[in-house]
Amino acid sequence: MDKAIRRDTSSAGWCLTRWAAVTETSPILALANVSKSFPGVRALHDVSFSLYPGEVTALIGENGAGKSTIVKILTGIYIPDGGEIRVNGETQHFSSPRDSWGAGIAAIHQETVMFDELSVAENIFMGHMPGGHLIDWRDTKAKARALLASIEADFDADAKLKTLSVAQKHMVEITRALSHNANVIIMDEPTASLSRHEIDELFRIVTQLKAEGRAIIFISHKFDEIFRLSDRFVCLRDGEKVGEGMTRDVSEPDLVRMMVGRPIDQVFPKRDIPLGATVLEIDGLSNATEFADVSLSLRKGEILGLYGLVGAGRSEAMQAVFGMSKPTAGRVTMNGQQLAIHEPIDAIHAGISYVPEDRQEQGAFLPLGIRENITMASLAGHVRNFLLSRPSEQSAARALGGRLSVKAAHWEQSLGELSGGNQQKVVIAKWLATKPKVIILDEPTKGIDVGSKAAVHDFIGELAEDGLAVILISSELPEIMGLSDRVIVMHEGRIAARFERGMGTGALAWSAEAIVAAATGAPVEERAA
Amino acid sequence: MSVFLKYREWVLAAIIALMVTCISLYAPAFGTLDNATGVLNDTAFLFMMALAQMVVILTRGIDLSVAANLALTGMLTGIFNEIFPDLPAFVYVAVALTLGGGLGLINGTLIAWLRIPPIVVTLGTLAIFRGMIVVIGGGSQVNTSDMSASFVGFPKLGFLGLSSVFWIAAIVALLAWFFLSLTRAGRGLYAVGGNPVAARYCGISLPFQQVLAYAISGAVAGMSGYLWVARYGVAYVEIASGYELTVIAACVIGGVSIGGGVGTVAGTLLGALFVGVIVNALPVMQVSPFWQMLISGAVILTAVIINARAEGRGLKLILPEARRAAAQAKR
Repeated sequence: MDKAIRRDTSSAGWCLTRWAAVTETSPILALANVSKSFPGVRALHDVSFSLYPGEVTALIGENGAGKSTIVKILTGIYIPDGGEIRVNGETQHFSSPRDSWGAGIAAIHQETVMFDELSVAENIFMGHMPGGHLIDWRDTKAKARALLASIEADFDADAKLKTLSVAQKHMVEITRALSHNANVIIMDEPTASLSRHEIDELFRIVTQLKAEGRAIIFISHKFDEIFRLSDRFVCLRDGEKVGEGMTRDVSEPDLVRMMVGRPIDQVFPKRDIPLGATVLEIDGLSNATEFADVSLSLRKGEILGLYGLVGAGRSEAMQAVFGMSKPTAGRVTMNGQQLAIHEPIDAIHAGISYVPEDRQEQGAFLPLGIRENITMASLAGHVRNFLLSRPSEQSAARALGGRLSVKAAHWEQSLGELSGGNQQKVVIAKWLATKPKVIILDEPTKGIDVGSKAAVHDFIGELAEDGLAVILISSELPEIMGLSDRVIVMHEGRIAARFERGMGTGALAWSAEAIVAAATGAPVEERAA
Repeated sequence: MSVFLKYREWVLAAIIALMVTCISLYAPAFGTLDNATGVLNDTAFLFMMALAQMVVILTRGIDLSVAANLALTGMLTGIFNEIFPDLPAFVYVAVALTLGGGLGLINGTLIAWLRIPPIVVTLGTLAIFRGMIVVIGGGSQVNTSDMSASFVGFPKLGFLGLSSVFWIAAIVALLAWFFLSLTRAGRGLYAVGGNPVAARYCGISLPFQQVLAYAISGAVAGMSGYLWVARYGVAYVEIASGYELTVIAACVIGGVSIGGGVGTVAGTLLGALFVGVIVNALPVMQVSPFWQMLISGAVILTAVIINARAEGRGLKLILPEARRAAAQAKR
């Protein structure tokens, strides 16, 4: 208090708010001017906000806005370049996750990272088991049971983790946070894979944690949840804070405007490409659990954007088109001919390429050379007299590697020695080598820096100009609106809405607000209002 | 410079040369041409078995049943010879290849379609194959006296002082190089081992590649079975007992990654040669038989450690100056 008054030299107003904050609720945790950059990317710039006891703060923003960077800074995984973190008014420096635990901060992650084969009690106390060098099992279990009982969990501390549902695993993580006596709990899209009933259960626990005076950061893309649960919000865009306040003072359209912000058309000049005949038609594609009744058609030279939240079934539906999984119903026709696609090789032969989302995990052969990587999906084309022709492979590698300006010492260099960006180029080159008519790009700019992003965007335009039909799966609205001729929005496995560039009115108008609203699953009437 | 041998393979070749020099200084008899051909003849089985094992390890698999396959196929070919004594030797080779390949197909099928881990499947078939020798042979042996002249004579043929087994191993090595570097199926082995998910996206079938790999491994083991039985003149349940571990050791020393997707014909041959030199040198150096196994194990482990370190951690070339230096070095 003393300090607050002494430092007040500029304005009486500042003193008043400061005074109020100190007397009523001083923040448990405060970020002050925090910045973080990676080579080529400014992930966070000068972000400040505070968390108060007994409050839920929603952290909102598009993918790539900087939410997960904040989570990583708060959990000690990233060290900020500038600014500071204060816990109960004291400046803290987190250099490892352990420091962050120690300061009473715990995160519950999107995909739970835990030990499937161990018991609930072991998962809760992993790293800080009661007892000395020998584990005190009785104490461990008793403490675990007490913690589980405190959040009214319906399973035992002895249960193996793998027997639990996703929702129950979340409860284990919450319990783990409580076992550290965490006062700040970060929930990163905790409801992404939960049923409605499980979400209610989670919210009950969150309400209880609030009542106990803990502060909660809640990250979600679902507006109904944000409005139901949060007291405050902090909105990020491109690594900067673009808005904050009390949730009760704003409406959904306000938040969407804050998230999207800029006029998209200026960022991505759309190339004017005349559309050709219909190439690909998908009719009523469904499978049991992931997507239902997906129908779309695609024309030569067209870029079709497929937008939706993470987990909306976009990739799953397109993977079924590519033969990675078997749909239970539906037809795929190419140039009027129905395709029988059982395996990816059938799709490749039909002229469909699929550049997967996780290019390193799903696309790159790290021990093999650039040439071998580029020709891997099109080896049949390099067979001369039953044998692979090295000159033919080399010329393909040179041509495509050169076109994508892959930087390497030589074409035999193993992919593992290249930088991430160059690996991605090689993977894309591999798919162009199959000479596709239709190319499906799954999150083509995920995890790459701003400069490379622009190059990829340019390149997608070039592909369309060359007469390819492109399906662009992306969670980045500016990208999808900037590049696509049409946008199809999926929500919970079904097509929620279709948009055409510059057309439509109301809920189906070509606008960021309408597209985001469709993706979050708001009913059309509400969106129109 | 590195078109033919990779860096770690040069290191391994240098280690072998150094070892041979040192041993020859200690025991001059070891450094003779005679002894050199002896070592090569002795190591011939290991050359081809290690190459076949490499094909399996490339797919992230392992074949523990090769030595048992060798023994079973050797026994069966011996019995076949008792029934059809005077056929030309190539018929026995063909029979052994087919029988061994068939046993390998069983492994491949269980692994590819029932999705059982390779180590479990081949550990099981190892025991089954050995057990079948007892059942089929009724616990008895097939001896030289039971074998026909054409059967026994073939492995003893020679050319340039090297036995026909060595020349067959040389042919296997050529075929392996040819297959791995010039055919789609060969490339596919590297693909499914290097990244199974990416291989699937590329339309490369994991089950096909697995069945192929285990069939090749089985066929080579089977052929080695005939040659082994004919050369040593006896077939019984215990032959080549534990040999699968020597074979795998040769692969690992030769730089074949147990993680899959990495391995070369030249490296594997060098790995086998290394083991062959050790095994042959210890008796020449008059190391007591009681110590031989222990010492060869220790030396093999040392070789693996040195060879693994030679490869380094595979740092990426991100710094511009590092990239320039690497490009210079290549020139």
